[in-house]
Amino acid sequence: MSSAFASSRTNGSEIVKELAFFAVVALLMSVMILGVETVDRPTGLELAVRWDLVLLAIGSTVVGRLALIIRRESISRLVQAVLITITAVAVFEMFVRFRDMDDRWASPVSFDMALSSAVSSVVALAFIAIVFAIAYFSMKEKGVVEVEESEKLSSKIQLAYRSNTKKIGLVGIIFFIIFPFIFGENRSAIDLATLVMIYIMLGWGLNIVVGLAGLLDLGYVAFYAVGAYSYALLSQNFDLSFWLCLPLAGIFAASFGIILGFPVLRLRGDYLAIVTLGFGEIIRVVLINWYDLTGGPDGISSIERPSFFGLADFSRRVPEGTIGFNELFGMEYSSMHRLIFLYYLILALALVTNFVTMRLRKLPIGRAWEALREDEIACRSLGINPTNTKLSAFAIGAMFGGFAGAFFATRQGFISPESFTFLESAVILAIVVLGGMGSQIGVVLAAIVMIGFPEMFRELAEYRMLIFGAGIVAIMLWRPRGLLSFRDPTILLNMSQKEKVAGELK
Amino acid sequence: MSMLKIEGVHTFYGNIEALKGIDMEVNEGEIVTLIGANGAGKTTLLMTCCGSPQASKGRILFEGKDISRMPMHEICNLGIQQSPEGRRIFPRMSVYENLQMGAITQDPKHFNSDLEMVFDLFPRLKERINQRAGTMSGGEQQMLAIGRSLMGRPRLLLLDEPSLGLAPLVVKQIFETVQKINRENKVTVFLVEQNAFHALKLAHRGYVMVNGNITLSGTGAELLANPEVRAAYLEGGH
Repeated sequence: MSSAFASSRTNGSEIVKELAFFAVVALLMSVMILGVETVDRPTGLELAVRWDLVLLAIGSTVVGRLALIIRRESISRLVQAVLITITAVAVFEMFVRFRDMDDRWASPVSFDMALSSAVSSVVALAFIAIVFAIAYFSMKEKGVVEVEESEKLSSKIQLAYRSNTKKIGLVGIIFFIIFPFIFGENRSAIDLATLVMIYIMLGWGLNIVVGLAGLLDLGYVAFYAVGAYSYALLSQNFDLSFWLCLPLAGIFAASFGIILGFPVLRLRGDYLAIVTLGFGEIIRVVLINWYDLTGGPDGISSIERPSFFGLADFSRRVPEGTIGFNELFGMEYSSMHRLIFLYYLILALALVTNFVTMRLRKLPIGRAWEALREDEIACRSLGINPTNTKLSAFAIGAMFGGFAGAFFATRQGFISPESFTFLESAVILAIVVLGGMGSQIGVVLAAIVMIGFPEMFRELAEYRMLIFGAGIVAIMLWRPRGLLSFRDPTILLNMSQKEKVAGELK
Repeated sequence: MSMLKIEGVHTFYGNIEALKGIDMEVNEGEIVTLIGANGAGKTTLLMTCCGSPQASKGRILFEGKDISRMPMHEICNLGIQQSPEGRRIFPRMSVYENLQMGAITQDPKHFNSDLEMVFDLFPRLKERINQRAGTMSGGEQQMLAIGRSLMGRPRLLLLDEPSLGLAPLVVKQIFETVQKINRENKVTVFLVEQNAFHALKLAHRGYVMVNGNITLSGTGAELLANPEVRAAYLEGGH
């Protein structure tokens, strides 16, 4: 069987050549990253050379590659599984040495660890057994069949996702609603969830402009800033409450959206991106330099926190004439109340954004946005006014950015231009693109990946950004159009759900 | 009375004069075709009627109203619909959504009857109702483009090269449908074509365009018999 699938590559010298090539690549990549280390000695910083790590890197690469060659040529499952297990152990050894060991030529840590006690040797054996089993059983006799099967699997997943979008969305909403009940006492979990939710909302807002209307906006953070500063300034100078300022912030941001929209009506693609980028920077520079109004780089501090819909206050010592939230509900005072309230507030705002977007997609205006993204000339020939359509997309997208900004200001209690740099725009845009342009659930996934994961793995320090970057590259390699990148028709006729999806996939 | 009257229209792309004073008219209930070689200015004339680019000199009257200075989307709302060159359907939308887009400026109460009408003309579209438009064949996409413009309830339908890139059998089918649209739905048709033989056979009247000028006009049969037209557009090619 196996010989039937063997290609010309099986010949020995070619394999040696390939292995040598990968050894050189591994050497080049590892020698600077793993091979050289700065050590703090009494005499000052010195360079130390770690050849053991380089050797391990090269060794695991070559062995791993050999395993892949054997897999490709369908030679022997057993040999392949053994090689993969050796690679896994070598990589493990490399990581342990890299983190903990100074001694260059000590005996392998893995053995020491495995032999130190009965339990650890059992764990080590179990680890090896698991790796071996995965490697052994993941290989099919015929390489060709496997490819087809994996394709089938991915389309099956797609099918399952697309015929259950509503259910998945509902489960997601329920999860986010009960989230504070699960993690109620864990302050950092609530904080992180709130942060992720802000980005989900911003992602959904930008999705209207970029995903639906196809207008590449690199300055979205400007509207976020306008919303935040609107609330901060209105509440400080005119003593207006959060609940009054929230719609005002949205209106201000929307009018800035229209102001941006007018000059860029005739631009598309790269040109539009540059102008919107400039717009975002203008807003930031104005915020920095208009010292009298915005406080410049000092920002605005002690911004008023929101009350419980004007009924009650979350502070420990409530001001005269108002009652505390805990008194209103007859509970013990807890500082978590406000955080959880803020979480629910941004959840509600985000859900409103989502709901409005979903509704708009079914209305003529939302359809006109999508049509405009696909073909502007066709749109005009159908009697759609492109000016109004683009401006409405900018305005509505900006409005949700403004809401999110007002929320950000009231949550932080302090804002400064530093919170509204281009990096923020880039992150929001990345969320939309990674999620799959126009996909609402995709934005949620991407926000969790982009914001949640780096925060969750803060202990990994600088490595998290490395892993993060690799993750983004991986997503773009495997799903170049984003995590959930397909557009489902907003309406389907005379078909069962399964048929619809299947027909779409064809 | 003429439905569309073009009087001395000049159109420029920058410094290049694409239309050099065009006079022509389309009467109510007619199929009028405009034939000519590549780059003669046929599509430019059709697009000028729609307001993009706008005529720099001359007038375009639609039912007696000057539309030469109106923006494209307003012209289209007067009852002129065009099926643009290269079809320009929305590829990521379903057939049904494309047809909805065609009716986007219309009163929703007409939608169902108009949809029936389009499906009667193009039964194939009904079969493909939920399919993504970009995944259909060229002929089906052309049917969709025409169907979409019919959803806008036009009194004047402008068709730009509906035969472009289609198999002869499909071309024949499309032209038959155009005739049906004209006769049964009482839609006046202005057809721009390179496929002179089919277009002239179908049309009541025709114009021949060369380098931005109208050089010949007459009934379809007259032009078909005209030796110049035969030499330039018919013989050798078909």
